[in-house]
Amino acid sequence: MNINATLLAQTIMFILFVWFCMKFVWPPIMQALTERKKQIADGLAAGERGRHDLELASRRATESMHEAKQKAGEVIAQAEKRAAQVIEEAKGLAKEEGDRILAGARAEIEQEINRAREQLRQQVAELAIAGAEKILRREVDAKAHAELLASLKNEI
Amino acid sequence: MSGETLTSAEYIKHHLQNLTFGRLPDGTLGLAHSAEQAKEMGFWAINLDTTIIAFILGVVFLFFFARAAQKASVGVPGGLQNFVEWVIEFVDNTVRGSFTAKNEVVAPLALTIFAWILLMNLMDLLPIDYIPQIAHAVGLPFIRVVPTADPNATFGMSVAVFFLVVFYSIKIKGLGGFVGELTLQPFGKLGLPANIFLEGVNLIAKPVSLALRLFGNMYAGEMIFILIALMGASASVTLGSSVLFGSQIVLSLGWAIFHILIVTLQAFIFMTLTIVYMDMAHQEHH
Repeated sequence: MNINATLLAQTIMFILFVWFCMKFVWPPIMQALTERKKQIADGLAAGERGRHDLELASRRATESMHEAKQKAGEVIAQAEKRAAQVIEEAKGLAKEEGDRILAGARAEIEQEINRAREQLRQQVAELAIAGAEKILRREVDAKAHAELLASLKNEI
Repeated sequence: MSGETLTSAEYIKHHLQNLTFGRLPDGTLGLAHSAEQAKEMGFWAINLDTTIIAFILGVVFLFFFARAAQKASVGVPGGLQNFVEWVIEFVDNTVRGSFTAKNEVVAPLALTIFAWILLMNLMDLLPIDYIPQIAHAVGLPFIRVVPTADPNATFGMSVAVFFLVVFYSIKIKGLGGFVGELTLQPFGKLGLPANIFLEGVNLIAKPVSLALRLFGNMYAGEMIFILIALMGASASVTLGSSVLFGSQIVLSLGWAIFHILIVTLQAFIFMTLTIVYMDMAHQEHH
């Protein structure tokens, strides 16, 4: 329990240990701690940024989806309008075509009627001539009376 | 328990005697084999047990911490590094809490004080008789395993802290500022003798209280372990002694668990007071 040179030994050891600790222990660990702290802070900031970006992107996606929907609606409406227009046009064309065909048919019918009438007239004239021939047999010469017959035919 | 021939008083004395190496009365160098011999050696003797155990513990502390420091990386820390970083952050927070100036000595100083004193105090938890018995078998007359229960060790550290405090006081405030602080406060120029007396006591009280607080706590703790051990030491096999033996186990356990608190607390107090003293050395106005 006496005070002796142990005191000096202890003091010297203490100073040496503190020096060693100050030189080789404290700085590297402190540096690692500070660096890690910084890295963690950076990581957290990056995470925050990422979350923000994601939010922004999802908002943009919703927006563009909305826009696309609107555009699609417009396109459909336009297409419907166009279809109606096309149908209208087709209807008009068909009507025109039909009218033309009808007119053609009418003209043909008219022509046919005329031809039939002409034929009928011819036949009637021939019949009349045949009748007259039968009646007049000998006296009437077909060639001599052709002029008369033709005028007769026209009169019918 | 270290021999049937010992009385209780002898047992206690035996436990409280350091292994002292110095000049024997006959002029040769050697180990003191009694308290009287150790006393006669005077100042130029050395307590081998205190010195060697303190040195080993300091090296153990620095070995593990230096290893962790070498491997310190920014990545995920492993077991040892985690522990070391935890201790260092604890010390760093304590330093930041009470030390306001800028000085890169203070934090490593605080860490060394805390870890080293804690390790030395923890030697108190080793069973009180084991190491002295082993030493006895090897041929060493005495051994005390708790360096901080030796006033030489605690004063050794507090003197170093004291010199650091004085050094930084002079470095920060200049020699004049330091002397002025000692002589011109708190009564001004007219009260010079009173000032010197008061501030001198104030200054000297720092290392003395620092050393005596730690020494007193560890000495008392060791003493109580010795007294508890004495209970079971009555070797005669009677009913009473076996009851005493049982109570020794219970009491030792209880005191050891309580002592863990004291051990840590004293290391922490030594560290905190050192930081505070260093902070005071850096304050311009007292």
